[in-house]
Parts: sequence; C-alpha cells; structure tokens
Amino acid sequence: MSDPRLADLDVIILDYGAGNLRSVVRAVVRVGARPDVASVPAALDEADVVILPGVGAAADTMHNLRQRQLVEPIHEYLAADRPFLGVCMGLQALMTVSEEGGEHACLDVLEGRVVRLPEGRKIPHMGWNRVEQRRRTPLFDGIPDGAHFYFVHSYYCDMAEPEDVVAVADYGADVTAVVERGRLAATQFHPEKSGAYGLRIYRNFLLEHSANGAP
Amino acid sequence: MLTKRIIACFDVDAGRVVKGISFVELRDAGDPVELATLYDHEGIDELVFLDITASHEDRNTVVDMVRRTADRVFIPFTVGGGLRSDDDMRLMLESGADKITINTAAVERPELISEGAHRFGSQCIVVAIDARTESDGSMQVYTHGGRRPTGIDAIAWAKEVVDRGAGEIMLTSMNTDGHQDGYDIPLTRAVSDAVSVPVIASGGAGNAQHMIDAITDGRADAVLAASIFHFGTHPIMDVKRRMQAAGIPMRMEHADYDDVL
Repeated sequence: MSDPRLADLDVIILDYGAGNLRSVVRAVVRVGARPDVASVPAALDEADVVILPGVGAAADTMHNLRQRQLVEPIHEYLAADRPFLGVCMGLQALMTVSEEGGEHACLDVLEGRVVRLPEGRKIPHMGWNRVEQRRRTPLFDGIPDGAHFYFVHSYYCDMAEPEDVVAVADYGADVTAVVERGRLAATQFHPEKSGAYGLRIYRNFLLEHSANGAP
Repeated sequence: MLTKRIIACFDVDAGRVVKGISFVELRDAGDPVELATLYDHEGIDELVFLDITASHEDRNTVVDMVRRTADRVFIPFTVGGGLRSDDDMRLMLESGADKITINTAAVERPELISEGAHRFGSQCIVVAIDARTESDGSMQVYTHGGRRPTGIDAIAWAKEVVDRGAGEIMLTSMNTDGHQDGYDIPLTRAVSDAVSVPVIASGGAGNAQHMIDAITDGRADAVLAASIFHFGTHPIMDVKRRMQAAGIPMRMEHADYDDVL
C-alpha cells in the first residue's frame, strides 16, 4: 500500500554501519514511503526527510559518522531545520556528550548528557514501556497517551532543555522517550519494533513533512 | 512502567514449524512467518525462532524466513540455532533479526559472546542456558539440546555470560521443560537474582498462573512459551488479562496495522 502523499517523498535512511537498518527500511516501506539507503554526504542535499537509525554504542556511532564524513553534513542539514528523525542511538548521537564507555563527544545538537540508567533495575532497559506524552504533537496523531513502545538501551538522554522532551517513560528515572525541536524529532524507543503505534510514528512524521520538504 | 513480556517460541526444521500446530485460520500452519504474523496480530510481545535443522550447512532457508518475517512483523524477534561465529550472527541481524541467541556454541567457546557483543552490541546477544537441578541440589548447565551435562554451575555460568556481554538470558529448565506443569521457580529466581540483565523463563508453561508465578516468585522479566499458544487453547490476550489481574504490568493495547495506518 502506498499513500500518494508519501510515495514521492525523498526519504533517506542513513547507513553508517549500524545493525538494524533493514527493520527501519521495512517499517518506512510499510507506511507507504519509498526510502533510499545512503551513506554518502551528498545524499542529504536532496533529501526531504533524513532518518538516522542506530543501535550499539555512542563511541562507535560517532566514529562511523566521522569516518563517512557525515558529521558536518548532518550539522548543516539540522541547522537549516530540515526534517530529521533520530531513532535510539540516532537520538543519543545528537546529544552533547555520552558517558557510555568513557566520555565521548557527540553531535551536540541537543544539549545534555547521555548517562547510565539508575541502578536497582535490570539493565538494559528492555521491553515495552508505557510512554507518557507531555505534549500532544502531530507525531502522536492516532496514538493514545500511555501506549507502549519497545525500548532497548542502557544509557539515556538527560536533556538540558526539558521543554524539548515531548514524552517520557518511567524506568527509575524519567527516561527521555521522544524529543522534538522544530523539524527535528527523535525517539529512544524503536518505532520499527513497536507494532502498529510504532509504525504510526513513522507515518505521522513523514506525513507532517510531506508538503514542505527540501528547499 | 516497564511491562513483563510474553514471548512465543517456534522450533523450525528446514523452514517449517515443528510440534503440532492447529490453527484453523491459517492457510499454512507450518509457515513460521504466517504464525509470527498471527501471533503479532493476537498481541504477543516478542518472538523467538529456534532453527533445529540437523545440518546448518544451508542457511538460505533461515535467512529467507528472517527476511520475510522482518517484512511483515514489526515487533522484536530473536533467531537462534547453530550460530557458531560472529559472521553467522551478522547474517541473521542484517537479514532483519533484532537479536540472536547462542547456547552450545557459547559454552564451547565463551569468547563468542564477547565477540558478538563487541561487534553488534550487548542488546542483541541473548545467551540461552539449559540447566537441570540435580538430585544433590546443584544446578548444572547442559548443552546439545539438553542432552549433554557440562559440569558447569548454572549460576556461575549466568554471571560469566553477563560479564562477557550478554544482554539477556533465556533460561530453560531441563526438569520442567515439556511437562506444562509450571516453570522451574527456584532456578529462575536464583539466576535472575544473580545477574543484572533481563532473564526469560522457559520450560514448563501450561497456563497463565505458571507465568504469574515465574514473574512474581521467579522474578523473571519475561516468560517464554510454545505449546500452550500453538493449540489456541490459551489465547494470548486472555493470558495477559489474567496476568494483569494478578498485578503484573502488561501491554494490553494492541492495534492492527491496517487500522492505524
């Protein structure tokens, strides 16, 4: 099935060697878009929407982004407030610094630190957790407040600007679940693994930006 | 609040689900992908495919299954059976599996755990432990589908696999597996209390109460079952409702893809 509004959207999924690329591609296809997988900086020029997926550690992610010379293009893309969706490590990589495996400078688009989840519970935080929406945004169209999404992570984003946090999940701390700032959105959970409501996140984001993409 | 997970497990031989499955609504009840799609539709939280094909020379059948599942199922799934190297793991993860599980290969060469965790991240490395409580009360690790004793203590092994980078433990009791008479609560609790990562209880599920016991008394983070779902006698949402009524946080909402998209 393909939504005519999404079929012509130029969706780029950035491939920098992360593991779960295929799941993200299939999810975006399922909601009716035709994504391209790209690992070259030039791909961002023409994109209407860029998706940064990712699993693993922040240090590896930053290393891979640098090696592929994607850091500057991502900065330029985001500075122009063009539509960008980060998923899991694609959220954490946007932060100032990550404490995972030492101190690692990240993209510093979102101010704050990526810190270890509090002790006292099983780590990784793995499974379906209730996501509390702090602000209704178009990203949550058709998704009830308190719906569950699938998380897998051991570190979380401690945001310096709490107003950018539009949803949280409780895991011994208010874990940043969804961030939005302008046309940037990012989720700690994996929408591509969160059933129908997860796919709805992709659909909502793509639809929101289908009318006004690249300049 | 983080919910407890119900995980359905399929044993797959040469691309076909084994153990009798009698779902009338399926065109092909032996197709793991059709079953996975149905279970997702019925509210399962996660899936595991165990490839029990005697020869693992030909991976194409499994890869095809993983790819087709990733096309249609948008919940997490794990693949295991005969994975012996990090290249084997990579093939499954790149085909669309979210996690891989290793058992005998990890006992034979524990470095495999660290290699996988380093290359792909701990979050996708599930170490399966088959253990038996012996007559003297010791808990021993078995390999080769539960047939071969190793002399390794299950608790010590559980701690070691976590130290080596396992992100989750799938714990099957050889004492209770196949009896549908309840999980092995003392074993589950001993392992879950000993490690920092989530533990999936496996072996012995016969009804919802067994799952409640495994979580409340056994302190499991997830419960795995095969047979009780495969015959349709225990609808997944019925089991979840009973667990929720017992005070366990469960994911109760479930929407159809076609309704939401």
